[in-house]
Amino acid sequence: MKLFDILASANHNLLRNKARTLLTVIAIFIGATTLSLTNGIGSGIKAYLNKQVGNLGNSNILTVTASNNGAGVGITNTSSGLTKYTPGEKKVSLATAGPNTQAEIVLTQKDINKIKTVPNIISVEPTLTVTPDYIALSSNLSSKYAFTIAQTVGTSDLDMSAGKVISNSDTSPEITIPISYVSSFGFTNNSDALNQKATIGVTNALGKQTTFQATIVGVQQKALVGSTAAYANNALFNELYDVQTTGLPTGTKDAYTSVSAVLANGLSSAQIQTVKNNLSAKGYDGKTAKDQASTIFTAITAITYVLDGFAGITLIAAAFGIVNTLYMSVSERTKEIGLMKALGMSKIKIFTLFSIEATLIGFWGSVLGVGFANLAGRYVNSVTAKGFLKDFPGLNLLSFPLLPSSLIVLAIILIAFIAGTLPARRASKKDPIEALRYE
Amino acid sequence: MLKSRATNDIKKQVTPDQSDESSEELYIKEGDKFVTIGSLNPELAEATSKDSGKELVIATDALTRVYGKKESEFVALENITLAIEKGESVAIVGKSGSGKSTLVHLLALLDNPTKGSVSINGTNAHNLSSKQLDVLRNKSFGFVFQQFFLNGNDSVLNNVILPLKIAGVSRKERNRRGLEALQAVELGGKANDKALNLSGGQKQRVCIARALINNPSIIFADEPTGNLDSGTGNKIEELLFQLNKDKGITLIIVTHDPDLANKCDRKIQIKDGHLVQETAT
Repeated sequence: MKLFDILASANHNLLRNKARTLLTVIAIFIGATTLSLTNGIGSGIKAYLNKQVGNLGNSNILTVTASNNGAGVGITNTSSGLTKYTPGEKKVSLATAGPNTQAEIVLTQKDINKIKTVPNIISVEPTLTVTPDYIALSSNLSSKYAFTIAQTVGTSDLDMSAGKVISNSDTSPEITIPISYVSSFGFTNNSDALNQKATIGVTNALGKQTTFQATIVGVQQKALVGSTAAYANNALFNELYDVQTTGLPTGTKDAYTSVSAVLANGLSSAQIQTVKNNLSAKGYDGKTAKDQASTIFTAITAITYVLDGFAGITLIAAAFGIVNTLYMSVSERTKEIGLMKALGMSKIKIFTLFSIEATLIGFWGSVLGVGFANLAGRYVNSVTAKGFLKDFPGLNLLSFPLLPSSLIVLAIILIAFIAGTLPARRASKKDPIEALRYE
Repeated sequence: MLKSRATNDIKKQVTPDQSDESSEELYIKEGDKFVTIGSLNPELAEATSKDSGKELVIATDALTRVYGKKESEFVALENITLAIEKGESVAIVGKSGSGKSTLVHLLALLDNPTKGSVSINGTNAHNLSSKQLDVLRNKSFGFVFQQFFLNGNDSVLNNVILPLKIAGVSRKERNRRGLEALQAVELGGKANDKALNLSGGQKQRVCIARALINNPSIIFADEPTGNLDSGTGNKIEELLFQLNKDKGITLIIVTHDPDLANKCDRKIQIKDGHLVQETAT
């Protein structure tokens, strides 16, 4: 028998007892839908987080700190326990101003020069911290708000809900604000905040407050991870930093807790790993924004696995449905099997015929299930986007990338095939004489 | 004319190296010796058929079939040696439980003998792989059963072409040959009907068309008229004998019916697993 004929016969046989086939397909369908949905939640949230990581910083930027197992000496707040103190060349300083200052290993210009020698690192900029006093609209200076401000390194790929992404190539002082500031400032629409002048107050080490003017060029979307900080371009940020560090001892001013290393464009993750290894060999620790968010990713992945496990259980139940259905089919068709064997159909082809029937059940169940989950997911996404996820624009609760969806279909087909081998084996082993005599 | 004869006396022991290369030698390993099976030896084939000058399609050698083991052992057939010529029509008769069905199953290579051997067209079936057996049954045998074994929900044509489908013949070709076979049994107009809508006689004619379709050299018919009234039964019998005459298809019919048995060239009577009588009719 040709493979096409076997396939056609298998399909024909399935349609002979439509109700039974349909029920078995439904069992697989439920399993496939569940697995697809649990996986969809996992990928949906991960996709959103990936976008959010863009808010933390570019993937081609490494945040470099001194590692405590390298040449560095000092007290660190890493979780790997305490490091022995040995007097060395690295400074322990009160990094930058502010009440929460912590003793940490700091990097100096010497370190920056060293980091610059690592291949594939294009430029190194110190990560500066500015703790401003307040922000207020220049048109309404009576309402001042406490806030935090962050530096922009390289090109930013922040998720914006209005206006443009902050850019260091602009020489005038500019700022983008989180969406939550908009209503505090008394605007109804996000776009109303654009091109408004904001006034920022900073106090230096000597206690003197200075104010700066900046133009609001964009409104950032609400983020799950990352900060609620406003972003300043270098033109603004450097001014703020200079004022804030006025009056500090020079050693403190030129010491940084971390620096940002901008990588060459288009590096593969293996190449980025090489850069990290090179940094590590020199006694530094390089992390991408993704590395920093990796804990969340790990948690989401673990939760997805647990949910997938539950979906897997429904699939195992469905697989037993296939075994049951085909066992029934084999005993109903005993005479037919006997006849086919008497007429010269080989064991292997009888086996193939029945396993293809199982595989077809798996195919239809999984394709319909994954398809249905996709449609249901779209509906759920549109409902939740207006409902409890209203404050997280851009977050699709469920996402169904092609690769995992096809993997689900393939896995279910494989499960169905394996389930089908038991009845198929029974069919292929039937003795034609017994089978023809069977009542 | 007595066709069955002991072939044991001419079975000879040879090793593969000593054998005549021109003969179609096949060996059975018995203990540590290779034994050629008599009927494979051209000398023997000649010997067994020299009184008629015809070629043998089936020859058995001391065929024995035992079911069960030890206490529950049951000897269904014992020491059956017979030969059937090409183009013959042979009736296998006997009471229920006499072993005639067992014999036909062994001849049709659906079952394996406990002892002895079956040769088809001079080839010992014991030496064929299960794949070769499948091909042999598919290409050389036709089966007609008392219970028809048609797939009722499928079309008549699809039932008829099953052997060709199994053989892997293309759809176009098998439909053409299927219609041809249906016309031969005068059911050309029923090709697209469901098999379950046919009468008993029509069903059996469909079965004959199915048995015919691969141009077999032997048709095995197990009680072909057992489920039919005598009028319909006679038509089926006529059809089978006509095929026997016109196409030279060897006919092996298992039957209770003495009239049908008498229409055959020869009767082989089985009683309690033994060959009791062979009579020319």
